[in-house]
Amino acid sequence: MSRFVERHPAWALISIIAIAVMLWLVFAIWPPGLEEAIGRKRVFLNAVFNGITLGGLYFLVASGFTLIFGLMRNVNLAHGSLYLFGGYVGYAISTATGSWILGFIVAFILTALVGVLLQVIVFRRMEGQDLRQTMVTIGLSIVFADLMLWACGGDFYQIQTPNWLIGPIELPLVTAIKSSGEPVYLRYPMVRLVIFAASVVIGVAMWLALIRTRIGMIVRAGVDDRDILAATGVRIQLVFVAVFAFGAGLAGVAGVVGGTFQSLSPGEDIRFLLASLVVVIVGGMGSIPGAALGALIIGLAEQLGSVYIPTYAIVVTFLIMVLVLAIRPQGLLARR
Amino acid sequence: MSLAHDSRITVRPAALAQRPARIWPEINHPAAWIVAVILLIMPLIANGFFLIEIFASTLILGTMALSLMFLAGYGGMVSLMQLTIAGFSAYMVAVFGVSGNANISLGWPWWLAVPMALALATAFGTLGGALAVRTEGIYTIMITLAIGAAFYYFTNQNWAIFNGHTGINTVATPHFWGVNWRADIPFYYIVLAVAALCYFAVEYLSRAPFGLALQGVRDNPRRMAALGFNVNAHRVAAYAFASFIAALAGVLQVWNYRQISPGSVSVGACIDVLIIAVVGGITRPIGPFIGALIFVLLRTFALDFLVRIGLDGNRFRFLIGLGFLAIVFWSSDGVIGLWQRWRQSRRPAANRPGGGHGHG
Repeated sequence: MSRFVERHPAWALISIIAIAVMLWLVFAIWPPGLEEAIGRKRVFLNAVFNGITLGGLYFLVASGFTLIFGLMRNVNLAHGSLYLFGGYVGYAISTATGSWILGFIVAFILTALVGVLLQVIVFRRMEGQDLRQTMVTIGLSIVFADLMLWACGGDFYQIQTPNWLIGPIELPLVTAIKSSGEPVYLRYPMVRLVIFAASVVIGVAMWLALIRTRIGMIVRAGVDDRDILAATGVRIQLVFVAVFAFGAGLAGVAGVVGGTFQSLSPGEDIRFLLASLVVVIVGGMGSIPGAALGALIIGLAEQLGSVYIPTYAIVVTFLIMVLVLAIRPQGLLARR
Repeated sequence: MSLAHDSRITVRPAALAQRPARIWPEINHPAAWIVAVILLIMPLIANGFFLIEIFASTLILGTMALSLMFLAGYGGMVSLMQLTIAGFSAYMVAVFGVSGNANISLGWPWWLAVPMALALATAFGTLGGALAVRTEGIYTIMITLAIGAAFYYFTNQNWAIFNGHTGINTVATPHFWGVNWRADIPFYYIVLAVAALCYFAVEYLSRAPFGLALQGVRDNPRRMAALGFNVNAHRVAAYAFASFIAALAGVLQVWNYRQISPGSVSVGACIDVLIIAVVGGITRPIGPFIGALIFVLLRTFALDFLVRIGLDGNRFRFLIGLGFLAIVFWSSDGVIGLWQRWRQSRRPAANRPGGGHGHG
């Protein structure tokens, strides 16, 4: 962090000012002039919270994607299909058993199994041929999308939120002051906050596992140079399978989260594929902190954009990607 | 750096194998003349449905895929946004020209609207290409896919220019010299002329100094840079050329369907163009047209066929996906590659270079 400030004082200053303005907007009681200019604070706060929690969801999808890319140089364009598959599995399990948590577990295991099959049957045969692997994932995503359309139809599914998570929670953030002088606090759906907290926990755990454990060390070494790693006697194929399974499983978990937040339908796979692409392009390929930063930026941009400039919201996301590519083509937090 | 090399390996051997064919351009091949004559007298053979729905659609889709083939085959850059460029050009024709949505369309005559659309779409594609060449190899697919998907969502949510998810309908088609150029036979000849023009332009450019330099950039960018070539400028120029071809195809497409909506620029459609090019073969300009013919035939007749053999008729995309997977697994240069291998296995002692050309 301090190295970054030393090397890029201007960018550091700009980001600090941006973060400070954001924090002020969130915590301060807005003066009337500001409310007239950009609307009610409640709307703004809701957009910010939606953006942050959506960022958590994007992080879950994109971190698996970036992990797989970082280690295996495999742009898995079927990642969106894994997301949707996990969502459908979670829906089926949670409606059949009534247990939301069980839905997560089964979705993780099943999508991880699909990931293992993909890695063992398909990708191992064409190692080192990036373009061919990517084309295969495109073909697979078409086949998967059609199979899921066949099995589940074109309907919208929403996973039932468990009872203990239903309802809003009052946050200690003042949205407005009533004429009687009484402050109005922000009310926000509890389930989104819980899921966001869970994604933060998963992210931190993943990061710790990467920098503190032996497996994490092997994975990081594989990201840097997989040939030398294999030459040192590590069973690299096993590592590949494990990482692919974990990344795919994360996509499945994200599918259950997405099915609870929003809904599941054909086409969501493409939406989340796009989201993970943009997130990892912005954050930096193969970097977990990069995926977190990218997911936060893209989630916020999408939600704030759809509130303040509804018909051009996607352009904001896109412009961020263009800006990052123009200034730092390797992504914000990539090492190279 | 190794990343960039890996991703091109699939293209290189096929390009080497085709080099002898360069000495024997299609002009000297009797089959090429037969195909050309058949295409010219097609209106005598085929009726309106086959002429437009099969052959004109094939040529339009083939032209779009041709622009991808040029980028992927000669430049080593697999761009998934070629359909997006075509769709942008189609939208621009509808926005600047005359259409049923009078509040959006500016009502320019076609001879102003079309050059405007071509120029804007080429600029759009060149800018997208300039973004994509900032990174190497496999990232190109990701960035161009992101551009394509972003454009699709943008057309869906923007009502001021693109009229949201209903799109722009009843786009006017040109009438001049007393001919309705959207009538079946004149339209077929327009499409054929444009497709032939693009085909020969790509064929010519692949042998011109620019095309050779581009292939050098594909095979070894570092060495080309060391030789004094501006690698990125060549790549961006290739994007500009390919964008122009895609834009031409887009104009034809909007005249063909007389409407344009986000559905026609969806991500699935972008991927279809890649499938067409890969299935046909991305080492030769004829490949995309063969791929397009296969795709259009499947799209038109798969439903009847599947129902007839007792399967669910809606599984067309499943079939396409499986076919694509099979091609990617077993033949890196598509149907042309399969055809060539078959020819070679039949005549092991053949010294006629290049083998046969797969003609559609």
